Amino acid sequence: MAVIRDLNKDKMDVVEGSYAVAHSVKVCKPNVISAYPITPQTHIVEDLSQFMADGEIPNCEYINVESEFSALSALVGSSAVGARCYSATTSQGLELMHEILFNVSGMRLPIVMTIANRAVSAPINIWNDQQDSISQRDTGWIQLYAEDLQEASDMTAQAFKIAEDKDVMLPAMACMDGFILSHVYEPMVLLEQDLVDEYLPTYAPEYTLDTKNPLTFGAFADPEIYTEFRYLQQKAMDNALPKIEEAANDFHKVFGRYYGGLVDEYETEDAEIILMAMGSVVGTIKDTIDGLRAKGVKVGLLKVRSFRPFPVEAIHNAIKNAKVVVAIDKNISLGLNEGALFTETKASLYNTNIDMPVIGRMIGHGGRDIPVSTIEKIVDEAANVMKSGISVESQYADLKEELL
Amino acid sequence: MSIRLGGVCEPGSTRVNKTGGWRTFRPVYDYDKCIKCKLCELLCPDMSVLEWENGYFQFDYDFCKGCGICANECPKNAISMVLEEK
Repeated sequence: MAVIRDLNKDKMDVVEGSYAVAHSVKVCKPNVISAYPITPQTHIVEDLSQFMADGEIPNCEYINVESEFSALSALVGSSAVGARCYSATTSQGLELMHEILFNVSGMRLPIVMTIANRAVSAPINIWNDQQDSISQRDTGWIQLYAEDLQEASDMTAQAFKIAEDKDVMLPAMACMDGFILSHVYEPMVLLEQDLVDEYLPTYAPEYTLDTKNPLTFGAFADPEIYTEFRYLQQKAMDNALPKIEEAANDFHKVFGRYYGGLVDEYETEDAEIILMAMGSVVGTIKDTIDGLRAKGVKVGLLKVRSFRPFPVEAIHNAIKNAKVVVAIDKNISLGLNEGALFTETKASLYNTNIDMPVIGRMIGHGGRDIPVSTIEKIVDEAANVMKSGISVESQYADLKEELL
Repeated sequence: MSIRLGGVCEPGSTRVNKTGGWRTFRPVYDYDKCIKCKLCELLCPDMSVLEWENGYFQFDYDFCKGCGICANECPKNAISMVLEEK
């Protein structure tokens, strides 16, 4: 199923990305929101604060905290009593949450956070890349990446549905590129309350903290049983794979919009070159593909919506007939010189009968602009790989040699 | 026993996890010196000092980790810490 949008102008508003997400959170009827400002996420919690002040979110507590560490810690307790919980953060704020991210996932609390993706310090940089959330990939949180405002907005409701599914019960990050999506204004359809009520069931966890019926959450696990906890977390991730597809399909049924489930494909059917990417760069890549297709270049795009769980099967199905695959990353694992999407895609192909060259190109770090020309250069390199094999497996595609 | 979601458990479930094996020194009472002041019972962080019918106390060695607080605080030096040996 290709991307399906709702272009009915009567239903559309022109809003900022942060407002769209805050509105989505509002109609998902959260019970507790914790807030600590950090650029470029701040507008989201500011808008939510305004909704609270205007009495638009009933039965909800808005907690101002003194750090991101506290922002997530406050939600641990709130979620355990059965509250639907939300926060938003980015960059250093997300890194400060690192310890609690593991706790939330291990305690199986389906908290949803928006990550307005931003580069990490030092050097301090407030612009977009995806190093912040990618660096949290092993914390046991579902990670979804949105392409544009409409998807970021819609993904918020999907994230609650997936996270709170009784077969999943894992926290989720709905990632949107900082500034590029959080601060841009686009025409879009804001989520309608009646449709969200139809789409998203009330959160009713099996266990809740309750003074009348005391239970222990986050108990100690010795070597006799710790392994089984980790196994069950991984199993929940496996369960999330079909649930992410299901959430997208159900969303389509109720709202009429669709952007793919675990992945989405664009012009991949006969593509020799397939570019893989996550987030807003996908839009630039689609434009580039349109231009190159007009010149007869057989290039397509595999948009990865879900990075955790990593959709190995969906990726293999999409790329198996290509001649070369390029993974495009807005992150780097220092010491390996590869982005995560590249490393994991490449690793997933080993021990299979899918045999093709895969290269990785890192671009757009710290908010560096990604013009069509950068993508075209990458496609040229991929065409060379088809002809004469891999010369450089992984590198920055937009490095300024003159500064070195 | 199977693991519940997130390891949620009922109160008292750590009783199965006997921590007495962590002990290096074992507290031992000298009942001739004990004046039944209850400080050991009050100060034990692991609730491992149990009241006896006769008003004296005894240790629950299944859970006593041998921290020695009771021996340190005892006003009559009625508790000695004895090295655990096999």
